[in-house]
Amino acid sequence: MAVVETPTSAPDAYRWEGNIEELRGLVSERAFTGETMLLNMGPHHPSTHGVLRVLLELDGEQIVNAVPDVGFLHTGIEKTIESKTYEKGVTATDRMDYLSPLSNNMAFCLAVEKLVDLDVPPRAQLIRVVCLELQRIASHLVWLGTHAIDLGAMSVLLYAFREREKVLDMLEMLSGQRMMGSYFRPGGVWRDITPDFKPTLVKFLGEFPRAVEDYQRLLEKNPIWVDRTQGVGVIEPERALAWGMSGPTLRGSGVNWDLRKSMPYSGYEQFTFNVPLGEHGDVYDRFMCRILELWQSMKILHQALERLEDRGPFRSDNRKYVPPPRSELGQSMEAVIHHFKLWTSGFDAPDEEVYAAVESPRGEIGCYLHGTGGNMPRRVHFKTPSFMHISSLPLLTQGHFIADLVAIIGSVDIVLGDCDR
Amino acid sequence: MPDIAPARDAAAELQAAMPDALLDSHSFRDETTLIVPPAQVVDVCRFLRDTPGLVYNFLSDISAVDYWPEQDRPERFGICYHLLSMLYGRRLRVKIFVAEDEPEAPTMTGVWPGANWLEREIFDLMGIRFSGHPDLRRILMPVEWDGHPHRRDYPLGYEQVQFSFNAEEIMKHKPFARE
Repeated sequence: MAVVETPTSAPDAYRWEGNIEELRGLVSERAFTGETMLLNMGPHHPSTHGVLRVLLELDGEQIVNAVPDVGFLHTGIEKTIESKTYEKGVTATDRMDYLSPLSNNMAFCLAVEKLVDLDVPPRAQLIRVVCLELQRIASHLVWLGTHAIDLGAMSVLLYAFREREKVLDMLEMLSGQRMMGSYFRPGGVWRDITPDFKPTLVKFLGEFPRAVEDYQRLLEKNPIWVDRTQGVGVIEPERALAWGMSGPTLRGSGVNWDLRKSMPYSGYEQFTFNVPLGEHGDVYDRFMCRILELWQSMKILHQALERLEDRGPFRSDNRKYVPPPRSELGQSMEAVIHHFKLWTSGFDAPDEEVYAAVESPRGEIGCYLHGTGGNMPRRVHFKTPSFMHISSLPLLTQGHFIADLVAIIGSVDIVLGDCDR
Repeated sequence: MPDIAPARDAAAELQAAMPDALLDSHSFRDETTLIVPPAQVVDVCRFLRDTPGLVYNFLSDISAVDYWPEQDRPERFGICYHLLSMLYGRRLRVKIFVAEDEPEAPTMTGVWPGANWLEREIFDLMGIRFSGHPDLRRILMPVEWDGHPHRRDYPLGYEQVQFSFNAEEIMKHKPFARE
């Protein structure tokens, strides 16, 4: 047996020889005299919800400054889409915000439809709304579970994931995949809803209110939860707007801005729902906004269910942009030509630029799309809510304790795939 | 509820207030684009934000576009500022063109601090510098990275095949592969 020697000093490979001068300007001058401590949090830290690294400057346990470092999950999705035809680009957008892929699909499809002026049948819009609200519920449930487990409430995670599983099952019925379904396509959705989808949705809507009541009972008045979240990570509405925040993070500060309500897309104007608003802009208000959004999503789903007929087109019949259904291929030569053309070279889009935005569970996802006149885009750029929210992390955390950082990161609901793209 | 001034046309207001700041304006699918000179873009945005009747109070997005290899544009790069007026529920695109040689634009962080990371992203991926930016570092790519991936002349992902005649040239771009 080999004798393992106990090292008397750290081996050379572990000795840090970084140049602290590089940090000048990012951290305060007190860090250079040793008055404050620099501490790395992440990128492999469970409560940073992905690969987020935060360089903390600490005075005791208090955060003097936090410098977020992102990019670990950068996969060049925007660059990839530049080499794909418009319909194939949808597949890449799924991978950005992996907790709500359908919102990304929606932003991209809206931009493409705007660019080529493609119509979407009303029933397709309705199916999209159903999917988006289901996705919102699924995404909020992951947020709720992970946010609660960060602050020590373990059981909520298990309950939240139990419900999320049912939503993912429904999304699987539609697209064949639980998460990255690429279900939305320019001009509508990939295929019609399956016969067992509606009964499953009815059953889910019957069970889900009980579950949300459970979550609320577990946390809403829980003294530990209230102590750890109220008055923490406060952001005033003016600053939230200046820093480009959106979604529940902005509404937690009391700004009444929801794209579904204010600039409706995909037929959201036909639904009645409320926009929950916070008052203080702290972690607790953001938490309540999202919890109440679950109820509003259910309200929208109930209304959508009433209108969801079994017949009607689920995709535009503009054959220059949308491939013909399989059944036509055996009978029509023209359909074969369209099919071949669309699946090989795709369709052309004008050399113009458009911007489309949707309200994702996290905030405003904007898609800037610039065509070339050919079948591939010149530039796609996604403005993602997580990117903006992480950039304002220093603002939210300064002066708080290090344990509150975890609560704040959880409350702005970041997804690093969304941030780094 | 306070009185809200009626919504006004951004292009006409800008033309009246700063005549030399509006080079062109056009509309496509109900989206208005104002093309302004780079030197004045900060003043224009501040004007659009603070003027009653316009109140474009929210910076939605800054995105850069590379027109290489086309020659029929004013300059190689375009930068689009997507503004949003929450009061009137409408959007506006302010666009500037930036030259290919040492591309540089003024920073928008003085008007909207949230522009900080959006501009860092453009600097990182498109290689456009923002003068006056408080913290212009790479953000998504590693600090040692060569080149700016979102430029249209940057190869798309695939690895260049190494032969003995071009091995040196390729290794120059891979600082971690040397040793």
